[in-house]
Amino acid sequence: MNFPILSSLILLPTIGALFLFFTKNKEGNNLTAKYVALFTSVVNFLISIYLWVFFDQSTSSFQFIEDRKWIEGFINYKVGVDGISILFIILTTFITPLCIISVNNSVKNRLRDFLIAILIMESFMIGVFCALDLVVFYLFFEAGLIPMFLIIGIWGGERRVYSAFKFFLYTLLGSVLMLVAIISIYWITGTTDVVQLYDIGIDVKYQNLLWLAFFSSFAVKTPMWPVHTWLPDAHVEAPTAGSVLLAAILLKMAGYGFIRFSLGLFPVASEVFTPLIYILSVIAIIFTSLIALMQEDMKKLIAYSSVAHMGFVTLGIFTLQQQGIEGSIIQMISHGLVSAALFLTVGVVYDRMHSRLISTYGGLVSVIPKYSILFMLFALASLGLPGTSGFIGEFLILMGAFKDNFLVAVIASIGVILGAAYMLWLYKRVVFGKLINEDLKKILDLNRSEYFILSCLAVPILFFGFYPDPLINTIEVSVTDLINMHNTNIAGK
Amino acid sequence: MELSIIFLPLIASIISGFFGKFIGDRNSEILTSVLVSISALLSIHVFYQVIVNQYEENIVIATWISSGSLDVNWSMLIDPLSAVMLVVVTSISALVHIYSIGYMSDDPHKPRFMAYLSLFTFAMLMLVTSDNFIQLFFGWEGVGLCSYFLIGFWFKKESANAAAIKAFVVNRVGDFGFALGIFLIFYLFGTVNYSEVFQEIPTVVNKNLSFLGFDVKAIDLVCLLLFVGAMGKSAQILLHTWLPDAMEGPTPVSALIHAATMVTAGVFLVVRCSPIYEYSLLILNFITIVGMTTAFFAATVALVQTDIKKIIAYSTCSQLGYMFFAAGVGAYNVAMFHLFTHAFFKALLFLGSGSVIHAFKDEQNINNMGGVWKKLPYTYALMIIGTLALTGFPFLSGFYSKDAIIEFAYLRGNTVGYYAAGIGIITAFLTSIYSWRLIFKTFHGEYNNKVINIDETHESPLVMLVPLFILSLGAVFAGYLFKGLFIGYGDNLFWAESIKFLEPLSTEHPPLWFLLLTPCLVLLSIPIAYYLFVKNKELPFAIASMNKPLYNFLVHKWYFDELYDVLFIKSSKKLGLFLWKFCDGTIIDGFGPDGISSFIKKCSIKAIKFQSGFIYQYAFVMLLGFSALLTFLIVK
Repeated sequence: MNFPILSSLILLPTIGALFLFFTKNKEGNNLTAKYVALFTSVVNFLISIYLWVFFDQSTSSFQFIEDRKWIEGFINYKVGVDGISILFIILTTFITPLCIISVNNSVKNRLRDFLIAILIMESFMIGVFCALDLVVFYLFFEAGLIPMFLIIGIWGGERRVYSAFKFFLYTLLGSVLMLVAIISIYWITGTTDVVQLYDIGIDVKYQNLLWLAFFSSFAVKTPMWPVHTWLPDAHVEAPTAGSVLLAAILLKMAGYGFIRFSLGLFPVASEVFTPLIYILSVIAIIFTSLIALMQEDMKKLIAYSSVAHMGFVTLGIFTLQQQGIEGSIIQMISHGLVSAALFLTVGVVYDRMHSRLISTYGGLVSVIPKYSILFMLFALASLGLPGTSGFIGEFLILMGAFKDNFLVAVIASIGVILGAAYMLWLYKRVVFGKLINEDLKKILDLNRSEYFILSCLAVPILFFGFYPDPLINTIEVSVTDLINMHNTNIAGK
Repeated sequence: MELSIIFLPLIASIISGFFGKFIGDRNSEILTSVLVSISALLSIHVFYQVIVNQYEENIVIATWISSGSLDVNWSMLIDPLSAVMLVVVTSISALVHIYSIGYMSDDPHKPRFMAYLSLFTFAMLMLVTSDNFIQLFFGWEGVGLCSYFLIGFWFKKESANAAAIKAFVVNRVGDFGFALGIFLIFYLFGTVNYSEVFQEIPTVVNKNLSFLGFDVKAIDLVCLLLFVGAMGKSAQILLHTWLPDAMEGPTPVSALIHAATMVTAGVFLVVRCSPIYEYSLLILNFITIVGMTTAFFAATVALVQTDIKKIIAYSTCSQLGYMFFAAGVGAYNVAMFHLFTHAFFKALLFLGSGSVIHAFKDEQNINNMGGVWKKLPYTYALMIIGTLALTGFPFLSGFYSKDAIIEFAYLRGNTVGYYAAGIGIITAFLTSIYSWRLIFKTFHGEYNNKVINIDETHESPLVMLVPLFILSLGAVFAGYLFKGLFIGYGDNLFWAESIKFLEPLSTEHPPLWFLLLTPCLVLLSIPIAYYLFVKNKELPFAIASMNKPLYNFLVHKWYFDELYDVLFIKSSKKLGLFLWKFCDGTIIDGFGPDGISSFIKKCSIKAIKFQSGFIYQYAFVMLLGFSALLTFLIVK
């Protein structure tokens, strides 16, 4: 590979951020700053599409690899993509520009700094998804916390400081153990290169502890029950664009981590701890769905539904079935689109009414029909209606889970019923019914940029619901090989 | 050409839904009606081809999901079974489209309504023409969605919204079973395509699965799970509660979705899966029991309801019960026959009742009607035809199909069969009583409406009456004309491979007294009903007040709604609140982040005290330490 395409994907947003950093921070510059940020992220999106076009779907080995010495004999800066990671990169580069377009209404002060935070965040997220060295991965993984922490802490709502610290403490505590585990891996094997580690494997006697250490970090970030309570708080306080990034991309790092590292590096331990994951996932699906039913705050409701959806993801990954893992990846992509869309739809009415409470609304359909139609579509995608991307993911996951364990699939399927209940009830209370609140009569329908953003999300949700082949073909070979590798490892030990 | 049957309604829906504002109300009404009518004509052509030329085809449109060994296509399967459904769905749908032009004339959201109707038709066609279980599921949920939209069409009505959600969620409970059934099929057979699954059946007949410590036959479990889905969609007892509430939607919707097509999807599913069900006698018996219980339950409830649409809704529920017990006794073709005839006369009754409601300006309580048969002569006549067909009056369509069901139940020759036949006869009698009650209370006796004058009631416009008339033709002749084709004793050439009978159906005839029993009861019921509800009106009240508990039990629909409210709705809300406030709030946050941070804070407050800044305290501590060290060294 001659041209360092992945590095440019990682670096470009940072360059954009630096450029913004050195411009004067004046009120009048806000619009220019937005254009700069938007330009950067759109170019990045185009590069990632180029990457996808030239990506070879027929092999599971890493492509576009770059390998540079960083610290002699210890860490190499190594990046590359396979079928699993490339979709997450595209998701990141796709969501970021939409976030940038959406900020004009929600962020009033220090817009330039906000854009810098988003761009830096994009860099780190792309870094996470293409890092092929454990230390590099760890750096990106943890660094991603910082911009998010700032976004919540500076531009958040009333309890932003509490939420920001809760978010930071939870995620950092989990990650410390992962750092220890990475260092141990270096001691045990003498390398932190993921590709090499796949080949040489890690001694079975160390796997359980190492798996748990990685798990503690990923579980918090997913988030899995019972370490999920930071998520609703973080979402409620974060500004819309922050919530979108958090739900759409940040949560996916952990799911990706489970596939790439927990399954890939510790196959034996993964088998050992599958029951643990199943139990926690099923609890997450049922408990948080029930909790979502009772929420009075729209953002909190969607946050809890995210926990339930990520419960499906973790469940699917550890089924170790083709359908399960592919379903999980599709579910993550789909959830990235759907939850982003849902947070944006909440943001739209929040910008106008400054309330996230469900009871403020009711009867919106008679004043803002366009909004109501799109909201309906996203609600349906969230509850997994066939014909939307949400269905493909959920259905494949449950199908895979059923092959592996009846009972788990049966209980998890109850979540599908609850999902319909809380989502439709939310929709009914917000959109249907009589228009009682007088203030709502003046509310305006989607403006052009909002309409554009939400349509951009609606199109892939529907497209992949009817034709998920592009996604499945991209991941198919990588997932098959992952499972084969896993099975030979298990058989060998 | 075949594909246009499916896609014309979709196109109609998209145009009317998204561009309705630009092309205008009238144009979207005409456009959707015309496109769906074309689709209906094409369906009839296909049906004709299937009858005459044994035409069968499996068209693959595109791939949908291919993940590992799972391969699912968008497809269109034409065989006798789907051809019958195509005709029923598209023709009823076309008539309902046309009827709606008149019925919805005062509504401000006509294009949206027509778009939903057409979208429903599309989803229903996807359902019936699928060649695999997942596309079936797509259609299954799709029709559920459209039903949700249409029940809640008048979105300002609180009750309509609640009914819409109820319908969707209760259906999801059924879908939960259905989805698990699909997973199990994929687990057992490694494929979800009908043809491959049905071929592989014999290999898993003796396979057992252990589930929660129980050893169950795999095939029984498959059948049971699929049937749970069917119960939800076809409103069988336990999962029936959504159907009466669904009457909140506009009446054409009730006729199309909640009488003729969507609710019969469950029956269709069981018949489609006859190659599987034939191997599971246990579940077939279960289906019979559920079917007849529903038939009986719904008929008893219908006796005392006062909402004209709810009576017909319970009647639908009851008739679906008949279809299921036909399928349960192995007479799948008879179930399909009843589905076919029922679509005509039930749609007729619903649309007729819509015409009555229209005349009374949205009055639905039969106690507030009466004495208008001269004012609404056509509606009256057509409703009478519908009622006669429904009750099984000799030589009308219901007579052929319903009596055939009872006969086959009898011929089954086992306990469940005899039992079902007995219940079937009793239910037929009840059906007749409540149907005539509806007619007499609505059209005869005194005029009871206090809100509008009798002279204000008016006959419906032609655009509503013509569809009614066409349906009435079906209600009269469908049974006689298609009896030979659907259930022609002995030589079932028509169904070919689409329905499987492990053993050929019995070709005997039941004894003559048995054959005459039901028609006699049905005939007898007309004077009884006339006496009870026109001549001697005090008598029903006297009976009701004598048996107050029984009456209340029936009026409250056997208390299912109340029970579910306590059992599921209130308890899950409470559980949700508990999990949120207590588990997440008090336990996890209390001991987790908040607990730890306050603990650290407390510790540091304690630790602060050590740094008091007073020399004498530090000196004292040093002294203590020094002496402790000394003591330790000396003792050692």
